[in-house]
Amino acid sequence: MIVIFLLIPLSIVIAAGFLAAFIWAVRSGQYEDTCTPAMRLLLEEAKLKKPETAKNCLSKGGFKRLAQGGRRW
Amino acid sequence: MSVVDFETESPAQNPRVAELRPDCFHCGVHCRATGFTRGEKSFCCQGCLTVFELLTENGLADYYQLNASAGVRINGPAKADQFKFLDEPTVRERLVDFRDARITRVTFHIPAIHCIACVWLLENLFRLKPGLGQSQVNFPRKEVALAFDTVKVKLSEVVALLTSLGYEPELKLSALEARPRGGGARRLWMQLGLAGFAFGNIMLFSICAYLGLDTFAGPGFQKMVGAISLLLALPVVTYGALDYWRAAWMSLRQRLLNIDVPIAAGIAAIFAQSVYEVVSGRGAGYFDSLTGLIFFLLAGRLFQQKTYDRLAFDRDYKSFFPLAITRKIGRADLLVGQDARQRVPTNEETISLAQLAVGDRLLIRNGELIPADARLVSGPALIDYSFVTGESEPVAKKAEDYLYAGGRQMGGVIELETVKAVSQSYLTSLWNQDAFRKGKTGALNTLTNKYSQRFTKLVIVMALGAAAFWAVVNPAISLKAFAAVLIVACPCALALAAPFALGTGQRVLARRNVFLKNPGVLETLARVDAVVFDKTGTLTAAGAGAVRFHGAALGETEATWLYSMTRHSTHPLAVRVGESIAGGHFPEPVRSFLETPGYGMEGSVAGHEIWMGSAAWLEARGVVGCRRRGDEVQTISASQPKHLETPHVVSYGETGSVVHVAIDGKYRGGFALTSALRSEMDQLIAGLAGDCEVALLSGDNEKERGRFAALFGPGARLLFNQSPLDKLNFIKRQQVAGKTVMMVGDGLNDAGALKQSDVGVAVVENVSAFSPASDVILTAGMVVRVAEVLRYARQSVRVVRWSFLISAVYNAVGVTIAASGKLSPVVCAILMPLSSVTVVAFACGATTWLGRGLGGVPSRARLGVPIAAEVWP
Repeated sequence: MIVIFLLIPLSIVIAAGFLAAFIWAVRSGQYEDTCTPAMRLLLEEAKLKKPETAKNCLSKGGFKRLAQGGRRW
Repeated sequence: MSVVDFETESPAQNPRVAELRPDCFHCGVHCRATGFTRGEKSFCCQGCLTVFELLTENGLADYYQLNASAGVRINGPAKADQFKFLDEPTVRERLVDFRDARITRVTFHIPAIHCIACVWLLENLFRLKPGLGQSQVNFPRKEVALAFDTVKVKLSEVVALLTSLGYEPELKLSALEARPRGGGARRLWMQLGLAGFAFGNIMLFSICAYLGLDTFAGPGFQKMVGAISLLLALPVVTYGALDYWRAAWMSLRQRLLNIDVPIAAGIAAIFAQSVYEVVSGRGAGYFDSLTGLIFFLLAGRLFQQKTYDRLAFDRDYKSFFPLAITRKIGRADLLVGQDARQRVPTNEETISLAQLAVGDRLLIRNGELIPADARLVSGPALIDYSFVTGESEPVAKKAEDYLYAGGRQMGGVIELETVKAVSQSYLTSLWNQDAFRKGKTGALNTLTNKYSQRFTKLVIVMALGAAAFWAVVNPAISLKAFAAVLIVACPCALALAAPFALGTGQRVLARRNVFLKNPGVLETLARVDAVVFDKTGTLTAAGAGAVRFHGAALGETEATWLYSMTRHSTHPLAVRVGESIAGGHFPEPVRSFLETPGYGMEGSVAGHEIWMGSAAWLEARGVVGCRRRGDEVQTISASQPKHLETPHVVSYGETGSVVHVAIDGKYRGGFALTSALRSEMDQLIAGLAGDCEVALLSGDNEKERGRFAALFGPGARLLFNQSPLDKLNFIKRQQVAGKTVMMVGDGLNDAGALKQSDVGVAVVENVSAFSPASDVILTAGMVVRVAEVLRYARQSVRVVRWSFLISAVYNAVGVTIAASGKLSPVVCAILMPLSSVTVVAFACGATTWLGRGLGGVPSRARLGVPIAAEVWP
């Protein structure tokens, strides 16, 4: 049963992965508005193509700057 | 004043034309005019048609598939430079969230957002204009966050695009204020997640130890579990419980014993004891109980923090004023200003309200708010002061009259010259009262804190007592007993009782359209022993009264003529008369229509000259036989509010207004309009009578005193002609007399009283409408349920007290075990969650169950029952 000394830390590592996912979700603002994403789900994928300009704006470190400067991002 | 010919298609050619006309494909409004069609689709106006074409050309026709007729009706085309003021650096910098050389981010509040199609269209906005980036809608807040290219697109162009689609952003003066950052809930989620993660994992390892399953792996297993638990619990104690450390420190510095002190002491005691056990190798400690405790506490906090995003409880006058205003540029300005070169054809400009200076000439259109005290330069004005003073009828003003800020112009365009700055005007001076400077006290006298003061002292005495006893009997376990008492007595259940009971109460009430600013308001509601009502808009339903025609019954043709007339006026009385006779009539063309604000309107329908207006106006034109009460004119002039000196020209019956009608110069009769009392009001007053003192404060004159005296009974105080300041002072006097006062009102005229009162209740016709700063927002239909809401508040507080008792029983049992020095981690791990769960279940269950007895929204409430029944002669 010595394997338990390996399994328990391993389980903690896996659980920590889920915690990290949760922290990412909170930080990206997913808990601020729990209503609109539910509506967005009903809209077809193709129609919600991301705009080109936003991609350009946000690719070169723009997102990080927004997170610091923007209110809700 | 202008003579206009209105041509509408005559129904004579096709009497069934009204029924054949379809609803607008874009906005769903019944089409009145023809000509706006594309294929088989009809539109009500050019605006809707333009939006339809714009959307279909850009491949956004799916908008209509998502929700048929989802569109927002377009109110006229937007002027080219209407939003130019938004590009002023001072205005723009405050509006945008983020801006650099390449990208600008801005968040707008758009009240028109109402369905899934709105979300879809606004998030596909980038297809309509190059340079627009991603946009994201927050539906509950009715907000859209937009990114756009700083170089290619101007802020004013974005707003103009939104406006042209019918989604006009709300641009109020308050948008220029620094907005609070919403980081509180995010951190709480993070703390809760961390605590839950640690609690779940530590509990899993601990179960082996509790059940004696850990012997197979030898003593090393316990050490490892202890070490891992310590590592997991460390961030929970430091980061997760951060708010409790801070709060406890604050209250100790202020020499107050609130609930956070024993909680912090408990957490510290458990953590210290556990670390000692793990480090010294004596056991695995109480980390499972510790993290569980913090998890439950944080869950309670999150539950309590529920806010209603679409409601704003802290509005001041800045939320009511527009961000921009139309200024008239004088000839001199044109010559010296930069625009002189460009030869602008117009002599109007839209400027931000912040740029408004004393002496500026302003143009105020129908329905717009007067932003600052001003002098009327041209155009007869009809000003609706109902929002500021509570008067139900608009007031006519003539050139050179003084106009107070906050009035709303009804009718044509008027020109003003500002006399005072926005911040020094009549309306804003109300906000300089003391009531608006201080926040409401409350956090310190809550029920929980009152209990915890006694509780904390008791716990400290017991812990010291146990330590002293064991110091004599068995010094080895003296310290352990001291820590054990602190651990078990940690008032987790006590701290959870109020958040969960009152939080549930808040949700129960929200389902019935009664929205509390925070759960703590329930505690104050339970103490209320004086209720003060405003009249207009609160007890009487605005614009929903009965309209009754007095005189020989109107024929179908005559009703059609009068209906055709009323359609061309925006005067509230004309609108109400029009609605009352609209049924089934199709309007006929009106020629030579002329409206004299404050007096009446005239026009020619089907060759007949029709005059509708006040008795004095008709008499001046030689109409005889106007039936009017002898005393009406005197009543009006004698009872004018002191600060608004021009007399009414609209004539009154005993209890309301009358619109007199003459056809071809002969008197035909009059429409009596009465303000309607909300239904079941008598039951409300009866329900309150036992527990509370009831009073009525009205900014209106005394014409309805008799009715309200009968309704309120002999004991109640009825005060009329109350200025906003009078109302505030009345509340203050009541409070000095030791009363806990609840004020129920609706307009800005009640803002001071709402703020001064212990519980300010704002009544709104719909929840997205404006409401002054308050503690409670309820929809108009629920006014009649106020007595039940108060009773429910008292019951909820009783539930909290019972929860305290349950938690006290658990603590007594725990402390007995702890003081005997026998507290084991197992007992602690069972007792702590058990007491928390019992208290939470009881608090939530009992408040929900009690909430069943709370009446729903009455179905008849919006219609109301006329108070002035058949009194007109």
